[in-house]
Amino acid sequence: MIWNKTMECMGRKEMKAVQSERLKKITSYVYKYCPLYKTRFDTMGIRPSDIRAIGDIEHLPFTVKDDMRDSYPFGLFSAPMSKIKEIHVSSGTTGNPTVVGYTKQDIKLWAEVMARAISCAGAEPDDKIQIGYGYGLFTGGLGFHYGALEMGLTIIPASSGQTKRQLKLMNDFRPKILACTPSYALYMADEAREMGLDPRESSWEIGIFGAEPWSESMRKEIEATWNMLATDVYGLSEIIGPGVAQECQHKSGLHIWWDVFYPEVVHPETGQARDEGEVGELVITTLTKRGIPLIRYRTRDNVSITYERCSCGRTTPRISKIKGRTDDMIVVRGINVFPSQIEHVLLSIEGTQPHYQLIVDRKAGELDELEILVEVEEKIFSDEIKKMQMLEDRIKREISSILGISARVKLVEPKTLERSEGKAKRVVDKRKL
Amino acid sequence: MKVEQISIFLENKSGRLAEVTDLLAKSAINIRALSLADTADFGILRLILNDSEKAKKVLKENGFTVGKTEVIAVEVPDRPGGLAGILNALKGEGINVEYMYAFVQKSGQNAIIIFRFDELERAIAALQKAGVRILKGEEVYAL
Repeated sequence: MIWNKTMECMGRKEMKAVQSERLKKITSYVYKYCPLYKTRFDTMGIRPSDIRAIGDIEHLPFTVKDDMRDSYPFGLFSAPMSKIKEIHVSSGTTGNPTVVGYTKQDIKLWAEVMARAISCAGAEPDDKIQIGYGYGLFTGGLGFHYGALEMGLTIIPASSGQTKRQLKLMNDFRPKILACTPSYALYMADEAREMGLDPRESSWEIGIFGAEPWSESMRKEIEATWNMLATDVYGLSEIIGPGVAQECQHKSGLHIWWDVFYPEVVHPETGQARDEGEVGELVITTLTKRGIPLIRYRTRDNVSITYERCSCGRTTPRISKIKGRTDDMIVVRGINVFPSQIEHVLLSIEGTQPHYQLIVDRKAGELDELEILVEVEEKIFSDEIKKMQMLEDRIKREISSILGISARVKLVEPKTLERSEGKAKRVVDKRKL
Repeated sequence: MKVEQISIFLENKSGRLAEVTDLLAKSAINIRALSLADTADFGILRLILNDSEKAKKVLKENGFTVGKTEVIAVEVPDRPGGLAGILNALKGEGINVEYMYAFVQKSGQNAIIIFRFDELERAIAALQKAGVRILKGEEVYAL
């Protein structure tokens, strides 16, 4: 079903008028309440009154991840703390996480777009949904929860992990919809068979998978394994969390709700608009957020966009599956990992920054494994085995504590990590996603 | 009293140890004592050499991570209880041994044990008090 026919099936001309009105309002709002935007607009000689239509958006400055890092924790908020009713975080590029704040209105917006997404995947009111995304500071679990509440679904808030329990819940409670990371869906299949369950007989009919990149071949494998429809959901905490875009049952691109999240696709180096169908960096402007609205936020995700009508009846444009990143961020078990976070940890441990490398791999039917190779330089070397092991353990603990993910740490000899122009190649991703 | 020991970080890859000994051989450096401590992923090679300075330079030039530590070389009476006596002297003063390894003098009269302590000065005092013979650095390098 289509959750919000008015917005999702609106004619192009009408939509342009809605977007133009909203762009004018949000530009004035951030100019008034967000010092960073006021300064940036002033520097560029832009006044909110200059913005008259949605096409004027290209005159506005970009916002980047570093802006969020530099304004940690609440510097980029446009609403006062008394109006911020919920705070979430996602991985930052160094020691601090990226912080987002939601007003009551923002939470309603989140529930609305998530309801659109879950409906878009094929859910009907009164369906039962098993939410296997983590509940907590990350936006996955709660985002789905709010959307499911809005839709009136029956919610099983399983959160992530505890595979045997997930499968037992599925088997005994018979939910129709599964929401979790795609690699976790495949991982559960082996466990299911061990429990004597036939995955193809599961109650799950529709899957809403995201939080990490996944390929068409992975989709086919999930669908064949579980006998379910596997759809792609896209989101990022900076914009709202999950629910920015969603595949419909035709699985030919993810519908992006451009009445509230206005998309552009730009050349990552020049910032110039790419043509329809060309791959570029996805830039999103939040047209109605109140807590931390963002103007032309560079997502660092590479996509292409199409404005052709979809046979589902929605008139919203569709972005492709994420084709890659413009930066070196990787996703491990659904968690964003920036190599620079590892740098930060190493620097804080020894006051020195040894050369390191991240090796990510995923064996068939298993979850992602992260290994961090650290070159042993004189400054961190000790003649005692126990001191070297303590160093290994300390790195492991700090990574786990800061990144929220467990990694293997291996000490290696200096100059053994592949370099290009003197810098070690930071990430070796052995996964075939 | 103190002896210089060179320690080298080695990954558990075949041939690494041979590379070290080759380099030392090429530079005409003689190994007096050796110990290799290992974990699953890496090892630490500890060497007493006749010329640590030269060795450190050569190894570093060839990309090895090298450390220098001060250790003690102790003469152990060649009879049952020889070692026990020394360890008891240390135990009595509450001194911790980080690691140790042994070798035999060319003349074959005594065993020599290399000790690594965290509290070097206190260890030396305790051993001297117990009448244990501590070799001078020059003695060890010239063995």
